[in-house]
Amino acid sequence: MSAGVLFDAPGPATRARHRTYSIVAALALVAGVAFVIWRLYDTGQLEYDKWEPFLTPRYIEAILVDGLLITLQMAFSAVIGAVVFGVLFGVGKLSDHRWVRWPCWLVVEFFRAVPVIMLMIFCFYAVFGGMDELSRRTYWSVVLALTLYNGAVLAEVFRAGINAVPRGQAEAAYAIGMRKTQVMTIVLLPQAVKIMIPAIISQMVVALKDTSLGYAVAGLGLTRIAKPIYQQFGNHVPTIIVITAIYVVVNLLLTLLATWIQKKFVGEKKVLDVPMVGQAQSDRSTGVI
Amino acid sequence: MNAVLDNFDLVLRAFGYTVFLFLVSAVISLVLGTLLAAMRVGPVTVLRIFGTGYVTLVRNTPLVMIFLFFQLGAGKIFDTLRFTWVDIHIGPFDFTSFFSAAVASLSLYTAAFICEAIRAGVNAVPMGQAEAARAIGLPFSGVMSQVVLPQAIRASVPPLASTLIALLKNTSVAGVFGVIEAVGRMKGFTNDYADQRWGIFIAFAIGYVILVEIVSLISSLLERRWKVA
Repeated sequence: MSAGVLFDAPGPATRARHRTYSIVAALALVAGVAFVIWRLYDTGQLEYDKWEPFLTPRYIEAILVDGLLITLQMAFSAVIGAVVFGVLFGVGKLSDHRWVRWPCWLVVEFFRAVPVIMLMIFCFYAVFGGMDELSRRTYWSVVLALTLYNGAVLAEVFRAGINAVPRGQAEAAYAIGMRKTQVMTIVLLPQAVKIMIPAIISQMVVALKDTSLGYAVAGLGLTRIAKPIYQQFGNHVPTIIVITAIYVVVNLLLTLLATWIQKKFVGEKKVLDVPMVGQAQSDRSTGVI
Repeated sequence: MNAVLDNFDLVLRAFGYTVFLFLVSAVISLVLGTLLAAMRVGPVTVLRIFGTGYVTLVRNTPLVMIFLFFQLGAGKIFDTLRFTWVDIHIGPFDFTSFFSAAVASLSLYTAAFICEAIRAGVNAVPMGQAEAARAIGLPFSGVMSQVVLPQAIRASVPPLASTLIALLKNTSVAGVFGVIEAVGRMKGFTNDYADQRWGIFIAFAIGYVILVEIVSLISSLLERRWKVA
């Protein structure tokens, strides 16, 4: 038990009290879960035919190939684009010239403040309005919107990452006669990227979740594949449960990967903490939605 | 731009729905999030596991899936979750089942992030603070109200603000699920006035930027006010 700042290590009487609380809470939770399962059963959601498509190879293949694979593709393309966007604008925001810094700041703030779904709708109708094939049009509007939004977020991450490189590094580089560009590309960026890799992967979780917002523009990937299934089988609840479970599992795997990379490359150093205050073990999770 | 200026009352009403969605969901998710945070930092193991499980599950679920669940699934299991019993009209605004389903989805989703923001704030208080408070003989209530919580609240303001800003932007998902808020209205305009798409987009984007700036202004005011030294 992690005795935090909130309470002392409990004595015997308190432990007994906590045990009572635990039992009551456990009973309440079990009752709640049982009630939900009973309702699911009572409304026929647990019948075999409603779950059958998820045990049929043809449908599993459709979910994995037309659903998961395309979702991953969209998220991956968006993150690649976002990293490029983020580096450009993150470095731009650190520029010494006001006429570079200002527009970069404006662009980053704009795309951070505008809802992704709005960007998608705009890309769908205005930017890629001329495209014939619907699925390609959706694909690229989702990717472009996510690139712009996540790029703007990553620009902040990059800026913070570059600022997190110890000052002496840049000073030493200037001292041996490097130019500004060299200091940035040879000394600062390589070190900053190492600190930022976990943050980039966390951003990929965000991008992956946000691909589902493509629902607003005809949709593609996992969120889209749900529709024909529940329309054919009338199994809305099981479909939503299965598709959500896939999202959750993939995201958890990505998070695991981020933690592993963090340990491997960055060592025990603290994770880059962009908008946070305080110095404690905030697990950098709150800023990302 | 004409499309927006000619129908300015519609635009204002759309942003009104956005603001209502934001305010109602913010209040509910702050309450739920605080409860969850209390579970996660509290001494009861079962509740801690439940809190952790809820947060992990919800944080990794796309908001659209939660909206889909409340639109298609929830009503099939629990009749009350069809929200047909909600029928409130205030001035030009109608709050019906779509609005309630949106509020439910947004609140349940945001609560997980609020919980994390508050927990980060509590964890940001160094152990020595509480230990010192206990050492000078303060009772539990004193440790909490005099020492730990004031610092914790102060430290949670920035992450809470960024969570609330995200909530404000997430209200836009409701536009796809039957609430004519800003994005729903923008989509309508974009369909009707094909030649003014850039102007429409910029006008609605400015609306969101203004709302986001208001929230972050309030947060930085609070932060400055509660800052120590």
